Amino acid sequence: MVLPTHDSCAHCGHHHELQVENLRVCYRNLEALQDVSFSTSCGACVALIGPNGAGKSTLLKAVAGLLPVTSGGILWRGTRVAKWSREIAYLPQRENVDWQFPITVSGVVRTGRYPQAGWWRPFSENDDSAIARAIAAMGLAELGDRQISELSGGQQQRVFLARALAQEAHVLLLDEPFAGLDRNAKASLAVTLRHLSEEGRLVIASHHDMDSVRDIYDEVLLLRRKMVAFGPVSEVFNDALLAKTFDEQDEAGKEVA
Amino acid sequence: MIDWLVEPLSHPFNQRALLAALLIGCTNGYASAFVVLKKSALKVGSLSHALLPGIAVAILVAGLHDWSAFLGSLFAALLIGLGSLAVSRGSRLDHDSALAILYTAAFSGGIILLRRLGVTQQMEEWLFGNIMGLRNGDLWTNFWISFGALGTLTALHRPLLMTLFDAEVAATLGVPVRALNYLLLAVLIVVLISSLQAVGCMLALGLLVTPAATVYLLTDSTNALFWGGSLLGGLAAVFAVFAGWWLNIEQGPAIVLVLGAVFLLAFIFSPKYGLLAGAHRKGK
Repeated sequence: MVLPTHDSCAHCGHHHELQVENLRVCYRNLEALQDVSFSTSCGACVALIGPNGAGKSTLLKAVAGLLPVTSGGILWRGTRVAKWSREIAYLPQRENVDWQFPITVSGVVRTGRYPQAGWWRPFSENDDSAIARAIAAMGLAELGDRQISELSGGQQQRVFLARALAQEAHVLLLDEPFAGLDRNAKASLAVTLRHLSEEGRLVIASHHDMDSVRDIYDEVLLLRRKMVAFGPVSEVFNDALLAKTFDEQDEAGKEVA
Repeated sequence: MIDWLVEPLSHPFNQRALLAALLIGCTNGYASAFVVLKKSALKVGSLSHALLPGIAVAILVAGLHDWSAFLGSLFAALLIGLGSLAVSRGSRLDHDSALAILYTAAFSGGIILLRRLGVTQQMEEWLFGNIMGLRNGDLWTNFWISFGALGTLTALHRPLLMTLFDAEVAATLGVPVRALNYLLLAVLIVVLISSLQAVGCMLALGLLVTPAATVYLLTDSTNALFWGGSLLGGLAAVFAVFAGWWLNIEQGPAIVLVLGAVFLLAFIFSPKYGLLAGAHRKGK
């Protein structure tokens, strides 16, 4: 049985594919990203690795539909990604979030249901239970009424993951999820990301800490404004390719944030 | 005691002033939540100054009518708002600077023009407001503006909040962020115009920032920010009209002064975000 929309693919026994073909993204005249082609599917945990300005955020935003694609294509489940899709959740860098905004943990998670509820419809029981499940799954049940600045870094990251779960997103795009977290929070977030991918979601995250790559991710995409390599961690995550990605000698051109 | 309330109400101009104060206070208070969350107080302030030259040009072109001032100020604010966007996008200048250049230039032109047009008395009113001078027609204008503004902001509550909290995430959830930002700006301009006659374009900004800014220091709930701001705006405006009558001070500035005083109290005594609470936490 194929459900039209469902939460995670693992239980259904089929794979949804994300295909990126010859992706090129330009800001005005600046080429931020080119020659990116890869395909991956639900259940994978993918690390985006590359120096600052390599286009990691650009790639995440392009897949999220936030940036116009100059040429090439992004296909999710065989169809081109439109401006937005409920099945794709984008989680911003923590430093880009206004933590003083007067909103509670459950308030943030509730916004994940807006695509389903629309602009006016009151929340149904279905919505409420999705929100409650998402909050519980991320271990935030006790913190529902807290204002978001009153949380630790790891908890803040989990609030946004909970929103993505409430949204019933298949693809989670995370921009530097581990930045600024302490050791315990990093370890706990790593477990959470593993768990989410094992549930059948596709997790794609930009990542800086080389030591933890093997423990967290299945696949690696090495990026330096062009794709350097993509593949399973065991094949691609090696010194030779990392040197090619990070080597100062290599011409990377001007940095693009 | 009851006479204090009843006596001012026996004058029709006071009745109108109170009704206007309630309408304007509530609408501005509600809208002020958006200004505070958008962190755009200075931009809105610039636009409020852009209203005056619009009135001047409208009088020059069409003479002094109920609607000429309204339409002129609306047009001028839109022109300067959009013009500043065009200047900042077309040059290396940032938007705030572009806005400052355009509105000060326009404001200066407006002052010079209004003095030549022989409407010095009204000019004072447009600058600082004259809530006692409101006519029934002005009240109706205010009513429709409040109705339209509150209706729009309430109907678009969800997508607007998403946009204000995180525009990028909102876009990934299908919210038309850019269109909503323009719409919000347009609504704020119309709300500014509604308070023009009551508090004038110099003080309109106070009504459109202070209520929600005060509540912001007292709550972490978004809904409380909107309805609290609205309640505070309405109460403060009504109180100031009474106080102005009994103490014989100008009502327009009184409204903004009362709001400022309440803000000061919240700034010092807010149980969570006040100065005293902060000092107490440090002392521990």
